[in-house]
Amino acid sequence: MRITLRVWRQPDADSKGKMVKYQLDEVEEDMSFLEMMDVLNEKLIMDGDDPVSFDHDCREGICGSCAMVINGTAHGPQKNTATCQLHMRHFSDGDTIDVEPWRARAFPVIKDLAVDRSAFDEIIKAGGYISVNTGAAPDAHAIPVDKVAADDAFDAATCIACGACVAACPNGSAMLFTAAKVTHLNLLPQGQPERQTRALNMLAKQDELDFGGCTNVGACHEVCPKGIPLATIGKLNHDVLGATLSGARSD
Amino acid sequence: MSELQQEPTSTQGEGRWVVGDPISDTRAPDSPIGDRWSDRKFTARLVNPANRRKMSVIIVGTGLAGASAAATFGEAGYHVKAFTFHDSPRRAHSIAAQGGINAAKNYRNDGDSVHRLFYDTVKGGDFRSRESNVHRLAEVSLNIIDQCVAQGVPFAREYSGLLDTRSFGGTQVSRTFYARGQTGQQLLLGAYQALERQVAAGTVETHIRSEMLDLIVVDGKARGIVVRNLLTGAISTHFADAVVLCTGGYGNVFYLSTNAKGSNVTATWRAHRRGALFANPCYTQIHPTCIPVSGEYQSKLTLMSESLRNDGRVWVPKERGDDRAPNDIPEEERDYYLERQYPAFGNLVPRDIASRAAKAMTDAERGVGPGGLGVYLDFADAIARLGRPAVEAKYGNLFEMYQRITGDDPYEVPMRIYPAVHYTMGGLWVDYDLRSTIPGLFVAGEANFSDHGANRLGASALMQGLADGYFVLPTTVADYLADGPFEPVDEGREEVREAVDATRARIDKLLAANGNRTVDSFHRELGHLMWDYCGMERNEEGLTKALERLPSLREEFWRDVKIVGTGDGFNQSLEKAGRVADFLELAELMCIDALHRRESCGGHFRTESQTEDGEAARDDENFSYVAAWEFTGTGAPPVLHQEELDFSYVHPSQRSYK
Repeated sequence: MRITLRVWRQPDADSKGKMVKYQLDEVEEDMSFLEMMDVLNEKLIMDGDDPVSFDHDCREGICGSCAMVINGTAHGPQKNTATCQLHMRHFSDGDTIDVEPWRARAFPVIKDLAVDRSAFDEIIKAGGYISVNTGAAPDAHAIPVDKVAADDAFDAATCIACGACVAACPNGSAMLFTAAKVTHLNLLPQGQPERQTRALNMLAKQDELDFGGCTNVGACHEVCPKGIPLATIGKLNHDVLGATLSGARSD
Repeated sequence: MSELQQEPTSTQGEGRWVVGDPISDTRAPDSPIGDRWSDRKFTARLVNPANRRKMSVIIVGTGLAGASAAATFGEAGYHVKAFTFHDSPRRAHSIAAQGGINAAKNYRNDGDSVHRLFYDTVKGGDFRSRESNVHRLAEVSLNIIDQCVAQGVPFAREYSGLLDTRSFGGTQVSRTFYARGQTGQQLLLGAYQALERQVAAGTVETHIRSEMLDLIVVDGKARGIVVRNLLTGAISTHFADAVVLCTGGYGNVFYLSTNAKGSNVTATWRAHRRGALFANPCYTQIHPTCIPVSGEYQSKLTLMSESLRNDGRVWVPKERGDDRAPNDIPEEERDYYLERQYPAFGNLVPRDIASRAAKAMTDAERGVGPGGLGVYLDFADAIARLGRPAVEAKYGNLFEMYQRITGDDPYEVPMRIYPAVHYTMGGLWVDYDLRSTIPGLFVAGEANFSDHGANRLGASALMQGLADGYFVLPTTVADYLADGPFEPVDEGREEVREAVDATRARIDKLLAANGNRTVDSFHRELGHLMWDYCGMERNEEGLTKALERLPSLREEFWRDVKIVGTGDGFNQSLEKAGRVADFLELAELMCIDALHRRESCGGHFRTESQTEDGEAARDDENFSYVAAWEFTGTGAPPVLHQEELDFSYVHPSQRSYK
């Protein structure tokens, strides 16, 4: 396949970026999208040009490193698929493909397609855990967990923190990310003691960072490679409301 | 090198290595095996809580071992600095482990026990692991599951609300706990969340996008690391009372593996160059169920979880060169070769055996798919027996992943699979306390060599990472720190300046080459060489060939590598180049180790050493030891220190899964 790429090039956080056009003549349909980017980079290096920087690691859709807006959609055209798992068989000979970084105030561009997502760690730090020290656990069977709750908690817990939800949201909101973690922990019996403060603190932290507010657009769910349900946002709002009515306060 | 004499006693393998003094003490207590860990916990000295605040620990790597250790040290009150080259601790490669984690809970009442998990692991490792360490691992497995459940890890459950388990290769009990096909992710997130909780509490400081490039040894003790900030290129030093490496394995020496692209050997290799012995580097695990290579552009291989072998049946056509579509090949013309050759374990034989059996089939030109480098993993029977929804519930995400990569639907057509490099059992040598041969340097998880012998059983890597991090290191590092805090170290020290200067010089040298080949092209060539001569099968001829080529490949790399850009900012080619440079040195040690071990064991199969029916033939008389190698200079013959293995509880036998 012949593919024309238009890639966002930005030397560093402070410089202005622009789209640059590249031509690839021998793209195979079994290649992954990132393997095509590898081919481009090998070519750029041999020409003495700076290769395109992009985050990637596991290439199995689970580490959450890869992050490209492809033809205007976070992670590209295939549903429930991270960039690294997207294959070129979903494109056609002669296509022109635009490749851009996540664009959100909370995720500043580092270089080219790589962005800084450390704000997500800040949200987890604010309460995305169950406070149990090593060694302080009862036998695993001491706490039976309703299977439906366990399965729903798992579905929410599969979030890979790639940030596509933020990139797709017109407000740059991290609501789906925060809600996924709150839902995972708040559905489980182990998560109950901190349920209210968790919801309040994580939401407060999200608001304090450079994320926008949620207006229930739902674009986040559409691009989520793990298909995190929108209902998690309802669950977060429910827990925040319950906490507020019962007089709990964020730290 | 405090405890070892360095005088060589003889030179072997045409001068490729030198035999040094054996290792006599592993610091494991002498008591009966079931008491050793409790005895060690009691004899280990404690550090009073007020003094812990004055002590610092550096932890490199934030996968299961690193994150769990960092969180636990933080909870205890030590001052912890955790380093990762990723943009978040949560992205460490433990996240990609699919199948599950073993624990001897015996919730199934199917005859499991600590002793059976211990026995299975020693046998699975083909009698090349240390009994004391493996027994401790089996004991601690119970606490791991408890800890993870308390943290909210959403393990699979039955309708009763109790935990579900499944079977893995090399065992006849069901002791593998799992969270669909994403167990590593869920366990790592548990450890990561515990870590972030300590960051919030102020006990742990995380350094992201920070890569360790050297170890700082002062007065014979590991006291710090040299780090490159991957965003700014700044080189900095960090000091502590102890350093813990949890930096994973080195499977990427093969270029193509199931490891993440960033996984590398640099931290452990740099420590090896500073004096830590490297043990059993040739023990590599080739995983039988991966998606086959599709082209030369291939950048990595994708694992299909071993759990699939619970319900999938492995087969090839009976006839050579049968190119009919799989569903057109009638039942009687298929060879379910694992079920035929190993009736007792069938499709659930250990990984090394399943991999070699697949290679035997493709070597006999009975392989399937492009290039004949594949075998079928068929779910038709399972779908007929259990119904599609049940299969979907168990393996849905794996089937989807397969379809995304290959374009084929495994509900309709059998999967095509082929073995790929997956895990490295070798690593830095550690004693029972997980101390390397450099005082103050501890090594945990896949980065050490300690628990899996010559072959790791499925679902045991997650168990070991968390055992080391949550439960072993907190005891043994505290014992070491009971002598601290040590005299402060600063940048004025000669040893520190030397380490920083050496790091800078290497980076400058890489950038100065400005040659004609990319880093990846060297890495690919290295990978081909290692796969051909130090892969699933090894022999003297091939290993000698590799050893003749490696020094020149290394020389070409340093002369001809081309890296665009500078060292003063984000430069991913430069990062890769440093890692490949270290792989080029490690590769030589792997081949020397493989050449010196003239026996077959586990993942190390020497074609010269096999039984009549083609199984691995161990040579217990001559090779029942850990080979721990001492660095003597790039390209110079390493010194072999042997740690004799003692089997008082599990008697070595020819492994039989028939």
